[in-house]
Amino acid sequence: MTTGVIFDIKKYAIHDGPGIRTTVFFKGCPLACRWCHNPEGITITSERIYHQERCIGCGECIQVCPRKVRIQTSQGVISDLSKCDWCQTCAVHCPSDAVEFVGQKVTVADVLRQIEKDVAFYDESGGGVTLSGGEPLMQPEFLLELLDACGKLDLHRTVDTTGYADADLLLAVAAKTDLFLYDLKLMDAARHRQYTGVSNEKIMHNLKLLAQTGARVQVRIPVIPGINSDAANIHQTGQYVSALPGVENICILPFHNSARGKYGRLGMECISPDIRIPTDAQLNVIARQLNGFGLNVKIGG
Amino acid sequence: MNNRVARLREQSFNAQPCLSPERALLTTEFYRENDGKYSVAVMRALNFKNLCEQKTIYIGDDELVVGERGPFPKAVSTFPELTCHSLEDLNILDSREMTRYSVSDEAMQIYNDVVIPYWRGRTMRERVFRQVPDPWRRAYDAGAFTEFMEQRAPGHTTLDGVIYRKGMLDFKAEIAENLAQLDYLHDPEAADKAEALNAMDISCEAAIIFAERHSDLARELAEKEKDLHRKQELERIAANCRRVPARAPRDFWEALQMYWFVHLGIITELNGWDAMSPGHLDQHLFPFYEKGLANGTLDRDQAKELIETLWIKFNNHPAPPKVGVTALESGTYNDFTNINIGGLKRDGSDGVNEVSYIMLEAVDELHLLQPGSNVQISRKTPQRFLKAACRVIRKGYGYPSVFNTDEVVMEQMRTGKILEDAREGGCSGCIETGAFGKEAYILTGYLNVPKIFELTLNNGIDPLSGNMVGLETGDPLVFKDFDALYNAFVKQLNYVVDLKIKVNNYIERMYARYAPAPFLSVVIADCIANGKDYYNGGPRYNTNYIQCCGIGTVTDSLSAIKKHVYETQTIRMGDLLTALTRNFEDQEALRLRLLNKTPFYGNDDDDADTIMQRVYADLLAAIDGKPNTKGTSYHLNMLSTTCHVYFGKKLGSSANGRLAGSPISDGTSPSHGADRNGPTAVIKSLAKMDQIKSGGTLLNQRFLPGALQGEDGIEKLSHLIRTYFNLNGHHIQFNIVDSETLRQAQQHPEEYRDLLVRVAGYSDYFVDLDADHQEEIVARTQHDSF
Repeated sequence: MTTGVIFDIKKYAIHDGPGIRTTVFFKGCPLACRWCHNPEGITITSERIYHQERCIGCGECIQVCPRKVRIQTSQGVISDLSKCDWCQTCAVHCPSDAVEFVGQKVTVADVLRQIEKDVAFYDESGGGVTLSGGEPLMQPEFLLELLDACGKLDLHRTVDTTGYADADLLLAVAAKTDLFLYDLKLMDAARHRQYTGVSNEKIMHNLKLLAQTGARVQVRIPVIPGINSDAANIHQTGQYVSALPGVENICILPFHNSARGKYGRLGMECISPDIRIPTDAQLNVIARQLNGFGLNVKIGG
Repeated sequence: MNNRVARLREQSFNAQPCLSPERALLTTEFYRENDGKYSVAVMRALNFKNLCEQKTIYIGDDELVVGERGPFPKAVSTFPELTCHSLEDLNILDSREMTRYSVSDEAMQIYNDVVIPYWRGRTMRERVFRQVPDPWRRAYDAGAFTEFMEQRAPGHTTLDGVIYRKGMLDFKAEIAENLAQLDYLHDPEAADKAEALNAMDISCEAAIIFAERHSDLARELAEKEKDLHRKQELERIAANCRRVPARAPRDFWEALQMYWFVHLGIITELNGWDAMSPGHLDQHLFPFYEKGLANGTLDRDQAKELIETLWIKFNNHPAPPKVGVTALESGTYNDFTNINIGGLKRDGSDGVNEVSYIMLEAVDELHLLQPGSNVQISRKTPQRFLKAACRVIRKGYGYPSVFNTDEVVMEQMRTGKILEDAREGGCSGCIETGAFGKEAYILTGYLNVPKIFELTLNNGIDPLSGNMVGLETGDPLVFKDFDALYNAFVKQLNYVVDLKIKVNNYIERMYARYAPAPFLSVVIADCIANGKDYYNGGPRYNTNYIQCCGIGTVTDSLSAIKKHVYETQTIRMGDLLTALTRNFEDQEALRLRLLNKTPFYGNDDDDADTIMQRVYADLLAAIDGKPNTKGTSYHLNMLSTTCHVYFGKKLGSSANGRLAGSPISDGTSPSHGADRNGPTAVIKSLAKMDQIKSGGTLLNQRFLPGALQGEDGIEKLSHLIRTYFNLNGHHIQFNIVDSETLRQAQQHPEEYRDLLVRVAGYSDYFVDLDADHQEEIVARTQHDSF
């Protein structure tokens, strides 16, 4: 059976599409946005997370490690992560869950088992499953198979995408998807490349293509003060989105701070130290501006 | 709320609860003078009548619905015939920091000179304790269970609509008819029935006298009143009190006054558990509301004002203070009145009406400690009503709690109620199901299920006291597999349950014989027709409950041992037992392994949830259907109120990593912090319990305020509730508060005096809770949205 790499499954997801949902987070993303709130989703490989505040120093991880990644010396513990082959034995044994591996290889059946648990909630609320990430389209085979399997169960399927993917693949996914949550980050191509690592050309093109096929699309703009919250960018966004057929509403998602801690635990450099949380006033200005284009604007997911 | 309501609310909120010796004094003097002259039933009725004739009458400024149990608001009566406070008790009540009741020097004097000398050795509590066998006593002292009847009368009383159709004079006529039909020739119980009926008749008389005294006082006040508007109000109050409860009410105002007099009568006569509840008050009031609107004598604002003034009356009545162990298990001013809003009508149609919405507004505006309120949600309940309730829930007062009416009906059908009676039933106290106005559903005490498992791990010995409390079910070191251990647990369970039931049955007969409640019997269906008291099998339905606590803790402990000791064999039983004895001292890694590497209940994980199902099935086998003394039987419900904190104190550390002395899991909620997969997983786990076989379960959920933002948040909360109910969940309640706020409230209690939180089946002021209960609430898993 096809396998994929995911880094989380969240139940009672209520901001990722209609109703009560289960969101599956695919690992791996072609973008590396400066404000990313799921930095553990950027690489497709598994990552070792160390929660220092949980560690009780029992030394279990040292004892069980078959490759002696960490050794106890008289000077303290010495780690050589290059020796680690991600066998995860330490995480299995760590009593305090201080060591965690983010990114699990799973089969479609594994994921489906989790998704199916909350069918009663989807049925009652008009919810379903949301495939998010990372970028779900980075794992096409796994994604398509999972969408098929959910389709067989009659579940509402939402795909949350950056849109940075091969157009044919996107259309193939669209045939099995009930709703797209489609991120539009920056209209200026150069700045888009500067802040996300890629150009927005493909993203814009794919969005138009998708809209033309009649797919249901909800456009989402992460509001990152100082990067994309300026009137010019919002104006261009409004102009572009309002010209698309079938896009009725647009969500603006305020940047939030909750991910900062993740960067430290991942051993990643926190790449957004000076980005501020947008104020309600800022959000309202943006919402009004977009309203002016005849778009239905919602703040939040 | 309007200015009048705001003034009354302020007065009620700020009044310091104090102990009033008036009832104790009047009762003592009456007993000293008259005991032995009459049958017990008639004596009880005459004592009630004497109280109605003698007690201080109070009508406050601004009041529209009148009457207090004590001489003024928040002056709390005592019941020395049930349990008599010692001077030491009174000193503790007066000086303790939490839930204090001030006691005047005069009250102390009265207790010292009159009350204590008379009741010493005569109280129900002392008579009960004199009877209990040693094994019961040891199990009770060890905290294996509590006993409800040791200081409050059996309770749980909720009315149906009869008092809005019949007055006391109508009941008197019924009583007379039944007295006339007594068959002394063939019925050996005829004389007992005559005594019971005569007592009921005297009680009706007493209630009328009580109301008439209010009428007289109102008239007096009206004559002196300068303000013309208030003068008219007082005249109207005088007229109301002349009308009800003697005759059935004719309009909205009279209906509220009718209920309130009956309420006061019942809580003055005896001190039953969970005070008294009006049941489906919105349904009872609606015909009067409609009529008032139609004939122009009432508008919506007036109806709301009247309802709000009734609400404040409930708040004027803190629970009578307890003594001994019960003070620990239930340290609250809350007397547990719980008003049902919504639900179904007798004919099965939706019960929601405009008064239901007015009541939600009253709950929202007043947000007082009492009365508690709940919404009854059936498949027929309009989404508009559920969402209106969710908007109040979001405010974070901890109420209204939410019940599944369809489930509540099925629970009652299973225990033998007819369909229509079941629909008229609902939930009272915290979560307890009952056929309102027709059933004595007596709670008998809490069962500490994790304690019983602890006894199993210690071969019957209580490790805290060293006493032999349970049975010798074998040394756990020699059990060959998990089933052998589990079977030993079931043996202990049956032993402890039987111990409890035997004593309960004895106490039940004592109450039937020595503490009848004739006034209560008047308003509960079939007591008059049967010629029998409420405590003596008089009502149409009679049920006993044992409240099982700690299903989360015991499931997780069993799951931990199953996995680590028997399956992976990574922990030796001997090592585990040693660690438990030492409260995991120097064994933090072991403790964390148990805590983090075990399938726990509350995560929709079948490995844990099947253990929960097994324990629940064995609890049912031990309790459900055991005979009581009324020809009917015991059932279980899954409720802890605040007892999970007391039970935790009586328990050493447990195999799920819980430290000694910390609370066990509450109600049917998962252990604190054990649920790590969000609210849907918790709900799925709970739905695996066959809840229809209980008399109620209790699920606490704590949400961060951010998870319920906007109309969308309300919509999704309503879906979460509906889904749980589709899966046959009985009850769910919410705390909408973040940990930061709770921490702030601990540090600056003066700034958070009105922060209400859900404790377990009822709300309480957070700053009034002791430190243990505060920590327990902070420790509950808080669900965010994703």
